[in-house]
Amino acid sequence: MDLSYSPEHESFRNEVRAFLAANGDAAPTGTIYRTQTKEDLAWQKLLIEHGYAARTIPKEYGGYGAETDILKSYIIADEFARQRVRPGHSGDFRLVPTLLELGTEEQKQQYIAPTVSGEMTWCQGYSEPGAGSDLASLSTKAVVDGDDFVINGQKIWTSGAHYADMIFCLVRTEPDAPKHQGISYLLFPMSTPGIEIRPLVNMTGDATFSEVFFTDVRVPTSQIVGARGEGWFVANATLKHERGGLGDPNQAEERFHSILELMKEEKIDGVRLIDQPIYRDRLLKLQARILSMKFNGMRILSSSIKGDDPGLAAWVVKLQGCELNHQMAAMAIDILGEIGILYDDSPHLRDGGFWQYSYMLDLGLIIGGGTAQIQKNMIGERALGLPKEPKPSESV
Amino acid sequence: MDFSLNEEQHMLQESISRLLATECPLSDIRELVNSDGNNLSEVQQKIADSGIAGILIPEDLGGVGLTLLDAALIAETLGHAVAPVPFIASSVMAPIALLEAGGDEQKEKWLPQIASGAVVFGAGVTEQIGNREDRGITENTDGLNGTAMFVLDGMSADMLIIADDSGCMHLVDSQASGVSRQKLKTIDRTRSVAEVTLEGVAAEPLPGSRSNGEPLRKTVDAGRVILAADTLGAAQNMLDKSIAYAKERKQFNRVIGSFQAVKHMCSEMVAELEPCRSLVWYTAYADASIPDEARMMACHAKAHLSEVGQFVARTATEVHGGMGVTDLLGLHYWFKRIGFNRQLLGAPELVREEAAQAQGWI
Repeated sequence: MDLSYSPEHESFRNEVRAFLAANGDAAPTGTIYRTQTKEDLAWQKLLIEHGYAARTIPKEYGGYGAETDILKSYIIADEFARQRVRPGHSGDFRLVPTLLELGTEEQKQQYIAPTVSGEMTWCQGYSEPGAGSDLASLSTKAVVDGDDFVINGQKIWTSGAHYADMIFCLVRTEPDAPKHQGISYLLFPMSTPGIEIRPLVNMTGDATFSEVFFTDVRVPTSQIVGARGEGWFVANATLKHERGGLGDPNQAEERFHSILELMKEEKIDGVRLIDQPIYRDRLLKLQARILSMKFNGMRILSSSIKGDDPGLAAWVVKLQGCELNHQMAAMAIDILGEIGILYDDSPHLRDGGFWQYSYMLDLGLIIGGGTAQIQKNMIGERALGLPKEPKPSESV
Repeated sequence: MDFSLNEEQHMLQESISRLLATECPLSDIRELVNSDGNNLSEVQQKIADSGIAGILIPEDLGGVGLTLLDAALIAETLGHAVAPVPFIASSVMAPIALLEAGGDEQKEKWLPQIASGAVVFGAGVTEQIGNREDRGITENTDGLNGTAMFVLDGMSADMLIIADDSGCMHLVDSQASGVSRQKLKTIDRTRSVAEVTLEGVAAEPLPGSRSNGEPLRKTVDAGRVILAADTLGAAQNMLDKSIAYAKERKQFNRVIGSFQAVKHMCSEMVAELEPCRSLVWYTAYADASIPDEARMMACHAKAHLSEVGQFVARTATEVHGGMGVTDLLGLHYWFKRIGFNRQLLGAPELVREEAAQAQGWI
């Protein structure tokens, strides 16, 4: 255990701080998940030039081209979060690593640079109405006709479908193969004829994801990543990246500080909430969990730097991180009492209604990207080596 | 930036694990506790010979001169083995009290003897955390008077560190006239707790703790970190036993670990317990390296490990079905060890309140 930083990393941190002090005000606000504005694109360009976005993506594909230094990447993320400046991105965090690993040279040339710059945005076409936790049973089919795949079927929970330029999509191309071996991974524009998008309004009242319908959508066969029938393995490369992205301990810590601030300001019968032992105890319980996950994250980071397997520490992040975020929102609502039911643009809202919105949105995040129950299966089966549930056909 | 244990720390844990596996397997522990646990000296001497008794004592005073992190790793190993070894009071709380508040003569006299295992210390501080039944020790003109309850490792100790009601700590010879000790039977028979009554016992204060509560607080902080680490080890063992049992026990022609209900209990225990390992490491490391956070972290580690320990103890017992509650299987030794750790030196609600104070919230 030595939590100090080397002089090289200390000075790197100072560089990032100096950059943020000089340029932080130019950062756009609001979500990064939208059609990129001129300001979004300019900010991303500036960050790439300084190596604070797309840091390890090769220069020839529009990145900064630095050697991998996990600690420097962590320092960048940490400093942006501390200064509450919107960070950049590395293109789509699921697609770009997949293309770098498994794409053809032509695909890399065509897609990575515009994705990294933010000019080309993507959505993910994986889940279907009949294929959620059991994703490999997906049935959207693609049949070869001449030089094209002809796609028919439906996707659901497609985040960003309404603004994305492109989709990376799993389709069944080998209907007679076993389910994991009959899937292919295709890339195509969302403007292709035959695609219909119907936004799905979730319980927050917003539509962050959509249903996407495909009717005789023609996509050139060259738009496949990996070989026919290998799509499941290509997709697993990206699912790995998605799991890493959910349940970020920095975000949890930031939320915790917001609740603490709220409890110092908010009063019932003239007494600050922080001075009420019952509320305080609940906050302290949460704090211990948040700290545990923060240190768990540091342990994972340390393992990654050394190239060691972080083991169980990494398996629990999605499950615990998403649950914690939800519990914090739940607590904030509880301490607000009646004010906790106000919504939209009601008067008397606290924090702009963030907690009510998050309580509902975060429940979706507990379910999305592998439900909590699927996470528990994975911990049990893959990490602890407990046997899988026997298949019904095997257990007559 | 390195958030991990070093090679020496891994070796320390491994060597103590091996020692405990040969010197006090569960069969021996059963025998010890059933014979009232008073003939521990042989095991204790071997443990002392391994150097752990002097883990925190500087090398020039005969110890090993390591940090609270190393002591916590030992505590984890002891908890894992439910070892009936007086570690927390003699090897952690007493040395810290002496180092923080003892006079030079006191340090030079006692610390080498603790390190060699020649003298075993107990520690009585409970009344300064939460006083029950109006007990406590007062220093009067005729010396120390009153009762200290829950004196850790108190029955087997040669010497005691006792805090009086002003927070001043005193050295008390357990054989001195005016000292009487009564064993308190607890749920956890692998540890010894005494009620110590003092009647006009000549006081030998640790001078640095006169009108200064900080040495006592540091002593308690360290004790709390050790209890948290002990629970981490005990809970990890219960979890490991559950996983092994779930892979082996069959019902309905299947191993029970293939049922999601059982599998998910195991995964939930992992999800709760694994981050606790990082919490304990950070907390123990903070003692020497991040002093601003040390007290807050000690409180959080103590309270959170108590909560997670309770969850794991209960869930692991349920995974074992009816066997889980039997003496035949013996899982209850770990269950009770975790329960003991939860109550001592401040139960969770009380300790969390101190975490709030340490952060200046109240």
